Amino acid sequence: MSLARQVWTLVLKDLSLEKRSREMLSSMFIFALLVVLVFSFSFDLRVEVMSGVAPGVLWVAIAFAGMLGLARSFVLERDQGCLDGLLLCPVDRSLLYLGKLVSNLLFISLTELVVVPLCFALFNLTFHWLLLPIVLLGTIGFSAVGTIVSAMTVHARAREVMLPILLFPLVLPVLIAAVKLTGGVLDGQPWREIQNWMQLLVGFDVIFLVVSYLAFEYVIEE
Amino acid sequence: MERWTRTHRNLLWAVSAVTIGIALFLVFLVAPREATMGDMQRVFYFHVPAAWVGYLALFVSFVASLLYLRRRESRWDRLALSSAEIGLVFITEGIITGSFWAKATWGVWWTWEPRLTTSAVLWAIYASYLTLRRAMEEQGRRERVAAVYSVLGFVAVPINFMAIRWWRTVHPLVFEGGGSNLTPAMLRVLIFCIVSFTLFYLAVLSLRLGIAWAEEQVEQLRYE
Amino acid sequence: MIRVRGLVKRFGPRFALRGVDLDVGEGECVALVGPNGAGKTTLLRILATLSQPTSGSVQVDGVDLFQETNAFRRRVGFLSHQPLLYEDLTGEENLRFYGRMYQVTDLESRVTVMLDRVGLMQSRHDLVRTYSRGMKQRLSIGRALLHDPPVLLLDEPYTGLDRQAARMLDQILQKVGFDSRTVLLTTHNVERGLGLVQRAALLARGQIVFEMDGSHWDPGKLQEAYDRQAVAAGAAR
Repeated sequence: MSLARQVWTLVLKDLSLEKRSREMLSSMFIFALLVVLVFSFSFDLRVEVMSGVAPGVLWVAIAFAGMLGLARSFVLERDQGCLDGLLLCPVDRSLLYLGKLVSNLLFISLTELVVVPLCFALFNLTFHWLLLPIVLLGTIGFSAVGTIVSAMTVHARAREVMLPILLFPLVLPVLIAAVKLTGGVLDGQPWREIQNWMQLLVGFDVIFLVVSYLAFEYVIEE
Repeated sequence: MERWTRTHRNLLWAVSAVTIGIALFLVFLVAPREATMGDMQRVFYFHVPAAWVGYLALFVSFVASLLYLRRRESRWDRLALSSAEIGLVFITEGIITGSFWAKATWGVWWTWEPRLTTSAVLWAIYASYLTLRRAMEEQGRRERVAAVYSVLGFVAVPINFMAIRWWRTVHPLVFEGGGSNLTPAMLRVLIFCIVSFTLFYLAVLSLRLGIAWAEEQVEQLRYE
Repeated sequence: MIRVRGLVKRFGPRFALRGVDLDVGEGECVALVGPNGAGKTTLLRILATLSQPTSGSVQVDGVDLFQETNAFRRRVGFLSHQPLLYEDLTGEENLRFYGRMYQVTDLESRVTVMLDRVGLMQSRHDLVRTYSRGMKQRLSIGRALLHDPPVLLLDEPYTGLDRQAARMLDQILQKVGFDSRTVLLTTHNVERGLGLVQRAALLARGQIVFEMDGSHWDPGKLQEAYDRQAVAAGAAR
């Protein structure tokens, strides 16, 4: 049980830091809002049925805001030299991955609490309970890969640009599946027609959680 | 492979050149003319082998990355890098010829169908891999992080493929669903082309590995 | 207490350490001196488990670095010229965080004791952002010794401190049980930094080239050897 406690200590630390500085969440919220607004304007001029593009817009907003959060999460540690502080602790490196993963999940989920209702309002959508697991699984997949990739870019030049370049090709399946599922559910498609996508999403999450967990120590050590 | 002497390498180049010569002959003069598409169909013989070799090269890079993480011997890293560079070139060729093929078959330069899109994503992954290597200065860490990215990237490939395939199903599934859409004569030419492209890949790989090894020797001398 | 054999560290083609052997007995205080780029920080970072050796063996208190890495980490405290503290947390919160990660028993009382020993009881509820450099260094000592490690590693601890702050650092180090612990510190400043030391080793270009112990203590000789190495290093470039 102490392992869980150590992970929780890490998460609590990130939450406390954010509570004090309030930098990350506010920029994530605002950025997601802007993405949604810009897209809804640009599509409104050409597209007849806006609800068609809603799933895409939603997930693009989540992805972009998510990347902002991911970028800041490790950079914070590095700038204050705290990455070394974490490495000193007698915990397996993979535990550090879990700690960061959960923190990232929480921050992105908090952003989604704002963005999803906004999309629903702007695009006149009706809520369906299935959207909750879909958004959750999509966020998990995105964060699983995002956490390890952001650790990779910490030591690279031009890291703000490197993160999207490295991350997007990898999380493409998550985005496709999430958009398909969101759209399917909103359109009222029968489950068996879209359940393939759910399998893909779950499969992606499991595979990449495991691979990232195992590979993390190679990335973080010197 | 990097320690091959000049003679070995020249032999490989010679064999490769000969088979490519024969392949060209076969493609343009021997392979039967396709009924509906005419001579444009011959792009096919450049498209499939290029894609095949591209995927092979990137698979080699993936395995080399795994070995590097396990054993930390720099020759695996050199192989990963060399094969990734060459693979990227072949994938680019595969995408471009695929585009010509798409134009000939469906009248559009690009379409979001499974194999083209997966190749595009794979291209992006390995282009990012090479960019990542250039963006990191700390040696040791650079090779390790790049190797992890290569592993993540290649694990993503089958998932990507399935996702995109479910998403779009327009690409002619040449070898699937039992029986191919090619005549036996075409199939023979295609297989020969695949072999010759593979030999060419090996020849270029041996050259690139030689360069990488020489570069490392220079680096070591500089620090002595 | 500390046993290093054949330690090698490479960064690509560059050798930072070329086979270092080092022994530090229990309760000893040893200084590693050497010009910049000699490998002092690399050696210390490996001992702190912040860097992985290319080859060689490292043991502290009988615990092997590779076999029982986490147990090894518990036996080592590391103080760098970077404070390794979270600016947006208070002094107390920082200590509590590290205490939890190290699974320190009786955490609350231990934190209070530590804060008292380093003279930061007054500022414990203030954000570290507001601390002076000297205060941050002191809190850092608290962080390094919170889990009561038998070994303390100090990487250029006097960097950026003026004479008074350096003296304060010495005082605090002694107060928190410096003399009962095994200490390894690095410095490129031969004059300062050697007040509490019993033995010194000169590291140059990745190897130990000169050692001097308490019975033949002669700082002048050490300075001489150092200067020779510095000149040699300069000539090589």
